[in-house]
Amino acid sequence: MKRIVVALVFFAALIAAWQYAFTARIWSPVLVPSPGSVALFLWDNTFNPGTAGAPNPNQWQLFLAIGITLKRLLAGYLIGLAAGLPLGLLTARFRPVRDTLGVLALGLQGLPSVCWVPLALLWFGQTEGAMLFVVVMGTLWSVVLATEAGVRNVNPIYIRAARTMGSRWLHIWLKVIMPASLPFIVSGMKQGWAFAWRSLMAAEIFVTILTGFGLGQMLHYGRELNAMDQVIGIMVVIVVIGLLADKIFFSPWENFLHRRWGTSK
Amino acid sequence: MTLQQELAVTPSAKLAVKEVSKTFRTDRGSVHALDHVTLNVSEGEFVCLVGPSGCGKSTLLNIIAGLETPDAGWVLTDGEPIRGPGRDRMMMLQETALFPWLDVFDNVMFGLKLKPGLSTAERKEVADYYLRLVGLERFMHAYIHELSGGMKQRVELARALAPNPRVLLMDEPFASLDALTREQLYGDLQQIWEDRRKTIVFVTHNVREAACLGDRVVLFSPHPGRIREEFKIALPRPRDINSVDLAEHATEIMRALKGHLRATEVQE
Repeated sequence: MKRIVVALVFFAALIAAWQYAFTARIWSPVLVPSPGSVALFLWDNTFNPGTAGAPNPNQWQLFLAIGITLKRLLAGYLIGLAAGLPLGLLTARFRPVRDTLGVLALGLQGLPSVCWVPLALLWFGQTEGAMLFVVVMGTLWSVVLATEAGVRNVNPIYIRAARTMGSRWLHIWLKVIMPASLPFIVSGMKQGWAFAWRSLMAAEIFVTILTGFGLGQMLHYGRELNAMDQVIGIMVVIVVIGLLADKIFFSPWENFLHRRWGTSK
Repeated sequence: MTLQQELAVTPSAKLAVKEVSKTFRTDRGSVHALDHVTLNVSEGEFVCLVGPSGCGKSTLLNIIAGLETPDAGWVLTDGEPIRGPGRDRMMMLQETALFPWLDVFDNVMFGLKLKPGLSTAERKEVADYYLRLVGLERFMHAYIHELSGGMKQRVELARALAPNPRVLLMDEPFASLDALTREQLYGDLQQIWEDRRKTIVFVTHNVREAACLGDRVVLFSPHPGRIREEFKIALPRPRDINSVDLAEHATEIMRALKGHLRATEVQE
């Protein structure tokens, strides 16, 4: 409870400072809109039904954009995970794979995912395929590397103990190596999620397509229209989605691991 | 197989180590860990291997467990050569190898689930039995990190005993425990050994511990690892590690050990 109050006070102070900066006219209101106008933008693009005579054309628009963005994100992220986990296992297990694919993964993980955008545009054109490709490339390599690190950090005495108890190949992989490397794999999944999110925003800002108008595109058009309330409003939405994903998907896993492994209070 | 059969005291194994040699080659040269080691352990015998670090006693244990293969020689259980690790020879180490992602009960169940011929209910009953045997019935669903060092080793013991192995291999299992816990476990281990009649090969560098637990104490010397001398300990059980008789035996063994070490140093 106390922690929630502290967090609330902090964010209230942040908004108050913002409001003060707006009222004091330190910068042009075009560049620094008031918190109220950002809130109004969010209201207009979500629940505001408009009046009977003039219905709001933008009602639900933000939710549509969030839906489209999350659909792309999940598709790319899940493909990245599904490919990254087995590749990571292979990389950890076989030295030739480590010397080839492992090095490639290390190199490509260092490549900022926005760098995939020009290539994706030339290969796939202005399509969903380009979008998906960028997200997968952003996710895949960090998942491969985290899985590899996890498997290679499994204490060899676990495997010895399992072998004396009669555990063999597949059983060792499924019942010992996988659960033992779970802390690494979860942090790799979390990192993969963060990378997927970044690459998707880059892709949506640069790839303009008609099949769906995502958050990145709304952000981009906010700039084109000089609508700072839209730019900031969308940024706030992106931040909130990131926070929620962390709290809903990853925190329970991390808490579970901490309880089991005894790594934190 | 029925539960009665599973929990019944089965005859333990005869163990024969014949002319076993093993050399480890590393980047910094080779270590002659074992040199023509021959050792016979009879059914239900408690043998302690004693020697300074690097004398190859742990290597010998790993070879008996089937986790390493000897360069020369062979190991037989009941006349059968061993091929790789097996449930009939369970191992227990100084460092805890309990799985942190499972609770106490599921750790004990791990090996039982791999044992064919039992129903789930029977497996649970067996796990229950051994956790009671080591006095951990109140901690069956605790996580591993919540246990003290001594409790962890008790779980290890239960986990090693649960598949009803014929040989128990113990590599300094109590070395990292405090003295009080260790003394308790000496008593418990002797009790369990008498109840369950296992053949036990126990590695330690603590001479007193060896004299307290073993029917026989086998002295190793390093570079290369060789058996030097054997001592029969004919004291009645249960033995108290602090008893005077035991101290006399320990002193005798210690003196012999020092003698062998000095001899090795002179040779080198």
